[in-house]
Amino acid sequence: MDTVLAGLINGNAYALVALGLSLVIGVTGIINFAQGSLFAVGAMVGWFVTTSLGLPLWLAAVAAMVVTALLGWVINRVAVKPFAGKAPIASVLATIAIMIILDATAELIFGPEIRPMASGLPTASFQLLGLRINAIDMVILCTSVVLMAGLASFLRWTRFGRAIRATSQDREAAAQMGVPINRVQSGAFMIASALGGLAGVLVAAYFTTISPTQGFTVGLAGLAAATLGGLGSLLGAVIGGLLLGVVEALGVATFGDSARQVITFGVLLGCLWLRPHGLLGSRSVKREPLTGTFFSAARKITIPPWAVAALVVAGALPIIPGLFSGYVVGVGVQIITFALAALSMTILGGQAGQLSLGQAGAVALGAYALAIMTKSAGVPFLVALLLAGIFGAVVMTVLATPSWRLSGHYPAIATLATGALIAAVAQVWDPVTGGGAGISLIPLPSVFGVQLDSNTMLYALGFVLLLTVCWLVRRWSNSHLGLYWRAIREDETAARSAGVPTPQYKSLAFGLSGFIAGIAGGFWAGQYGYINATIFNPLMSFQIVIIAVLGGMLSPFGAILGSIVMVGGLELFRFSSSGRLLVYGVVLLLLIHFRPQGLWTDTGTWSRLKQRFTRRSTAEAVSTHEHEGALA
Amino acid sequence: MPSDLLLDARNLNVHYGHFHALQDVSYTIAPGEIVSLLGGNACGKSTTMKTLLQLVPLTSGEIIFDGASTASESTADVVSRGIASVPEARRVFPEMTIEDNLLVGAHTRRDGRAAIRRDVAAQFDLFPRLAERRTQVAGTMSGGEQQMLAFARALMSRPKLICMDEPTMGLAPKIVDQVLDTIQRINRELGISVFMVEQNAELALSIAHRAYVLVNGVVTLSGGANELIRDPRIREAYLGQKAA
Repeated sequence: MDTVLAGLINGNAYALVALGLSLVIGVTGIINFAQGSLFAVGAMVGWFVTTSLGLPLWLAAVAAMVVTALLGWVINRVAVKPFAGKAPIASVLATIAIMIILDATAELIFGPEIRPMASGLPTASFQLLGLRINAIDMVILCTSVVLMAGLASFLRWTRFGRAIRATSQDREAAAQMGVPINRVQSGAFMIASALGGLAGVLVAAYFTTISPTQGFTVGLAGLAAATLGGLGSLLGAVIGGLLLGVVEALGVATFGDSARQVITFGVLLGCLWLRPHGLLGSRSVKREPLTGTFFSAARKITIPPWAVAALVVAGALPIIPGLFSGYVVGVGVQIITFALAALSMTILGGQAGQLSLGQAGAVALGAYALAIMTKSAGVPFLVALLLAGIFGAVVMTVLATPSWRLSGHYPAIATLATGALIAAVAQVWDPVTGGGAGISLIPLPSVFGVQLDSNTMLYALGFVLLLTVCWLVRRWSNSHLGLYWRAIREDETAARSAGVPTPQYKSLAFGLSGFIAGIAGGFWAGQYGYINATIFNPLMSFQIVIIAVLGGMLSPFGAILGSIVMVGGLELFRFSSSGRLLVYGVVLLLLIHFRPQGLWTDTGTWSRLKQRFTRRSTAEAVSTHEHEGALA
Repeated sequence: MPSDLLLDARNLNVHYGHFHALQDVSYTIAPGEIVSLLGGNACGKSTTMKTLLQLVPLTSGEIIFDGASTASESTADVVSRGIASVPEARRVFPEMTIEDNLLVGAHTRRDGRAAIRRDVAAQFDLFPRLAERRTQVAGTMSGGEQQMLAFARALMSRPKLICMDEPTMGLAPKIVDQVLDTIQRINRELGISVFMVEQNAELALSIAHRAYVLVNGVVTLSGGANELIRDPRIREAYLGQKAA
């Protein structure tokens, strides 16, 4: 019973975070990935007020809610409102950018260490029906109950509350009734954020410690809770949060703390498979996360074959020994690794229009498969690499298949859960994956008897892999596969009506993308000689999506260009790790603002320029850009 | 401008990108009038209504409502000045109760809770079917009942003019008659002007005083309902009868 009570306390925090998420999803249709960061900000404000200033906890709670509410207003202003009417993925990526910025700023200000917090709450406990109940448990549970009841009455009985409900049920009709939907959206964001901030203070007071990285984990758990309950359902968010908290607590009591993530994401995935719209979600959020203006407004930039050849030659330059320093070539290997991983999204997102927030899972599968095969079984590197790709393809296909029944936001969340689950399993499955310690001393890649023991040689291998995968992506896109995928991307119902077996082709896209990601993972394991589960966390999945989307998903060059900018460009800020993340977040936000369709895609400027310089007839120029079917 | 007009829309132009959706559209509505805007699919009917509600920006032109230009006003401003709307396909808030739907209709009002409560009661008098179901959620009602709710919701803002976007769309013929009756009652008993966007010319002209015909964003015909219903061009285009 003590375990259940502890679970309820944790679940309570998840419920508050999930409530905020669901409120925002209702009003805007956007998953706010920064919600967990607001939780962390709340905890830090709470620490500052109680521990540094020595003020009482209630004041800390108020301060945290004010600060996070203001941040919520800012988030809406910079990450959601500017993208109204554009593809929702723009907002989703923008909230990921905000999350990165907030977390990095917090780490810059507060440092990475865990701090003790003086909550000032009574530590007394009493017996009730044979249970030992701490006063602080009661304080936290009561606060939450009062708060949730308050929120429910606010939405039910007040003018602004009704306006929020009306806006989330039918935004356009609400606007026609004279409801100021922009103000409603701001208000919903501020309330949702304050809930997250308050949850942060409460949890910090309960555990009497704060850590700047807890926001990310809690954010994911909150998303899991909101999904369990049914996205957009507020009652569902509370039930989902409490349920997740209790199941987690029971699981942790049985299997140990390391199993926490396996349970969270296992429960989430299982629930999505059994009840596709959550426990209480009757009505799915209809907006598809990855269709729309990202594609329709943009055209692929096509470049002539001689330019492709020139780029290939330029890309091959680092292979010449001594031309660049070992460090620069090392960065080049990094760029290639991420470009390979992002190419898996080029197939899945750019062709089939499916968003995956779990590609790191496929990368992990490939990395572990290669590590185990080459280290324990002595399989030659190239064979192991191919098998790693196939392993990634098979497992991802199997895990992804049940998700095809889902619609709206749910498939993306299912992929997020799949990716996180794979990493979590790798973290606990000691005998096979080495658990937390990971696998070290993976043999260096050797190809046809040559051991690749320098950055230059690794670069050469990576470069050949990259060219091969680009060629594969191009072949698949130009075949009937690409045709069917694009049909699914543009209009899935129409594709199905035309006789395309859409679930099979989506699975195939997922499988082939798993193959490419697996190869990227194998290359990763081979070059570092060491892997552990924390490398392949959801942040890596986000990174892969960011590179693919911002590079431009219509052409394989997009993934490479994205990787050069987002991986290579940020090497310049290597001197400080949180500073680098901060810059990363800001660059990401700016890119989404100014090049939402990706760098390697055309919105018209390019064709106009090209027309001006080549003086070709308009008709000819237009026909060149009309179809994206033929790749560069 | 003649001061006896409730609404005077002059030379409205709207562009969606390169597409010229409304081209120099002008129309007027006098107090107490039912004016219909007729046209087929995608001819700019709904766009015209949205410009009136400030939901679509004008490229040029001006709308004068009740003596003042709406140019710098928000949707909330024009609603509180007296333009209410019944959206296409009714669009009631499906998971809210009848009562809450009505209260959202009164969102822009600032004259106190008691006055709003009185008006809710007044709607229930006008539409007894709604009174029976005040605590039921709107999504469970039939199409005809939802249409009544949409009218009642529009009346909650105490409008001088109600814009209706195809109020008879998708309803059974018997219900259509009820809807037309209701529109006439709102017009006669409450003295509210009606701007009705319709595809069905025969229905619209049976209750309208005047009408405009919109074809591909251009007003091609206008006049009294009695003249238009006899106009061979209308008969041919909308009533499926060959011009004699």
